Amino acid sequence: MNDASAAPGSFWAARGLASWLFTTDHKRIGLLYLWCVLGFFIVGVVLGLLIRLELIAPGPTIMGAQTYNAMFTLHGVIMIFLVVIPSIPASFGNIILPLHLGAEDVAFPRLNMFSWWLYALGAATALAALFTGDGPPDTGWTFYVPFSAVTSTNVSVAVAAVFILGFSSILTGLNFIVTIHRLRAPGLTWTRLSLFAWALYATAWIQLLATPILGITGLLIIAERVLDMGVFDPARGGDPILYQHLFWIYSHPAVYIMVLPAMGVISDIIPVFARKAIFGYKTIAFSSLAIAFAGSLVWAHHMFVSGMSDTAVMVFSLLTFVVAIPSAVKVFNWVSTLYKGSIHMEPPLVFALGFIFLFTMGGITGLVLGAAGTDMHTHDTYFVVGHFHYVIFGGTGMGLFAAMHYWLPKVHGRMYNKRVATWAALILIVGMNGLYFPMYVMGLAGMPRRYYDYLPQYTAMHEASTVGSWVVAAGLALMFANLWRGLRSGPRVGPNPWGAATLEWTLPSPPPAHNFPAEPVVDRGPYDFRGVRADD
Amino acid sequence: MTDTHKDYEGAKLGMWLFLFTEILLFGGLFVLFAVYMARHHEAFHMASRHLDVRMGAANTVVLITSSWLAALAVAALKRGQDARARGLTLGTIALAGVFLVIKYFEWSAKFRHGLYPGSEHLAAGPPGEAVYFAMYYAMTGLHGLHVTVGMGVLGFAWWLMRTGRCTRADFVFLENGALYWHLVDLIWIYLFPLFYLVG
Repeated sequence: MNDASAAPGSFWAARGLASWLFTTDHKRIGLLYLWCVLGFFIVGVVLGLLIRLELIAPGPTIMGAQTYNAMFTLHGVIMIFLVVIPSIPASFGNIILPLHLGAEDVAFPRLNMFSWWLYALGAATALAALFTGDGPPDTGWTFYVPFSAVTSTNVSVAVAAVFILGFSSILTGLNFIVTIHRLRAPGLTWTRLSLFAWALYATAWIQLLATPILGITGLLIIAERVLDMGVFDPARGGDPILYQHLFWIYSHPAVYIMVLPAMGVISDIIPVFARKAIFGYKTIAFSSLAIAFAGSLVWAHHMFVSGMSDTAVMVFSLLTFVVAIPSAVKVFNWVSTLYKGSIHMEPPLVFALGFIFLFTMGGITGLVLGAAGTDMHTHDTYFVVGHFHYVIFGGTGMGLFAAMHYWLPKVHGRMYNKRVATWAALILIVGMNGLYFPMYVMGLAGMPRRYYDYLPQYTAMHEASTVGSWVVAAGLALMFANLWRGLRSGPRVGPNPWGAATLEWTLPSPPPAHNFPAEPVVDRGPYDFRGVRADD
Repeated sequence: MTDTHKDYEGAKLGMWLFLFTEILLFGGLFVLFAVYMARHHEAFHMASRHLDVRMGAANTVVLITSSWLAALAVAALKRGQDARARGLTLGTIALAGVFLVIKYFEWSAKFRHGLYPGSEHLAAGPPGEAVYFAMYYAMTGLHGLHVTVGMGVLGFAWWLMRTGRCTRADFVFLENGALYWHLVDLIWIYLFPLFYLVG
């Protein structure tokens, strides 16, 4: 499939479609995920650009209101369930985790293949929801009842897709937990695990324990629509607020499924380019688990204006502030790692620094939303949209791009143009601020989210945001073109172009089909750079 | 890349993790049940009288017995008594079938009395009664689905034993299948008092 990288004996060597679709090689499954995720990412980006274009001026611009409702629903569903949740764990988690553990593969290779097939089936079902029935769903990605139970659009099929995708995510998480417990190489103790592996471990537990709640919630929506169950119908003794609880019991932890693996990538990249052991290894590892645990107890901060008791609002507000602590611990540890390091400003580090800046912008505004008082003012405004996109696109997105720039030489055995990559990163960082910062301003001024039309006083900020979206699109185009050229025809690299100390860099680039010729025996930590040299 | 690698501990760990996800899947419904029961205490009390306690009790006995047979099947296979293990597995599947048949008669009796979601009878009654039956069908329905899946899993275990791929030396598939079956049984042990005995 990629002749440019096919070196004899590498995992690229086997040919033909079947050698990919029925592979149990974790590296190939990871790449299958990566290609699908990037394909759907481009679809989601195009939808987002169209939404922004519609909002460049008040009144109808390029589409009608119903189309607009379908667009933002699809943008959300595609980006959340098909892109962000599987993004780093299913792609780079699969490719890199067994290599970090010194293992041959994940614990259940065939189950891993099955997970990808479920993902493909879920994606196909999501696409079917667009083109069948009475029009694509118009509920927003949250599928809130009572509207989702009564709208005539194709909600049932879309929810079925979410259920299948959730199943895929659960199986990946299950596989990773067992892999990390059972397949660590001799000498690879828990405190010698890479922080990427720690982040995947914490993520896997959330995938495993939170996703079933989404599953049952989705099944109940389908039952409401198809069997007229009335579980959430107040006329029949049900309560729609309970839907919101069930939905957020999954969907808030899900944002940590989205961001924790990116934090793991950043924790692995920063020490390599600072040539210095990570500051506070154990606190970073522990903070991943702390985020996973505390993050499971904060869901109702999405519901401060839904009519909960004041006591519940106070408790969930307090717990939300508690989650900020481990997140801040990570940020301070990354910055401390850079302090007095020998910094090599290579593209992965530029993306990682972009992550830290953008994630911090999103994280701090999260506290504005987590505080019950200020949330009353900003709830359901563009402030929320800005916050969420700073965290997920600025955070997870930049984390994914950092991972792509960091591991592309390992996976493809070639290097991209580093100057262009750095420029792409800078354009993206500027563009994202242009795109999302005006949303904070608009939100504080009271612009509600999801509205098709707006009052004239918001025009300037909407224009600025739309122009920002074009800068982001340019940055993405430049970055993808550069990576594509790099993996096709960039200069070949040796085993360790960055001088990193984790196990994958001891293998040739690209790695062989069977990872390690002999089972490695580990006698050092993942950020112990003594004696590690970058290729010349 | 290696499919030959066998890890008994890993397979058991994976199964236990999967059982956690099943508990949480039902957990969402148990949460709904708890809230609605607290809100509509009287109506739940009254609605539960429509259920047939004898049939529910009979099904409890059937399911616990089937779980016992599954445990005996695993024990037999570990001792190398292949034929006995296969017979006990078939016995488990047969009792699962009995459970579903009893369930079928229970549900169809309810339907005849107009006790199903969206029926006029329930629309005329208090709202708590309607939500009671919505939860009843959601929870026993999902449980019934799990019984059916469990029959498939145990049937596959029987076929693996029959073809010599699940043996005394490598019995983890049957053991994991039995674990799944015990979970199905366990969930029913909670469903029975919640629905049948609250009245």
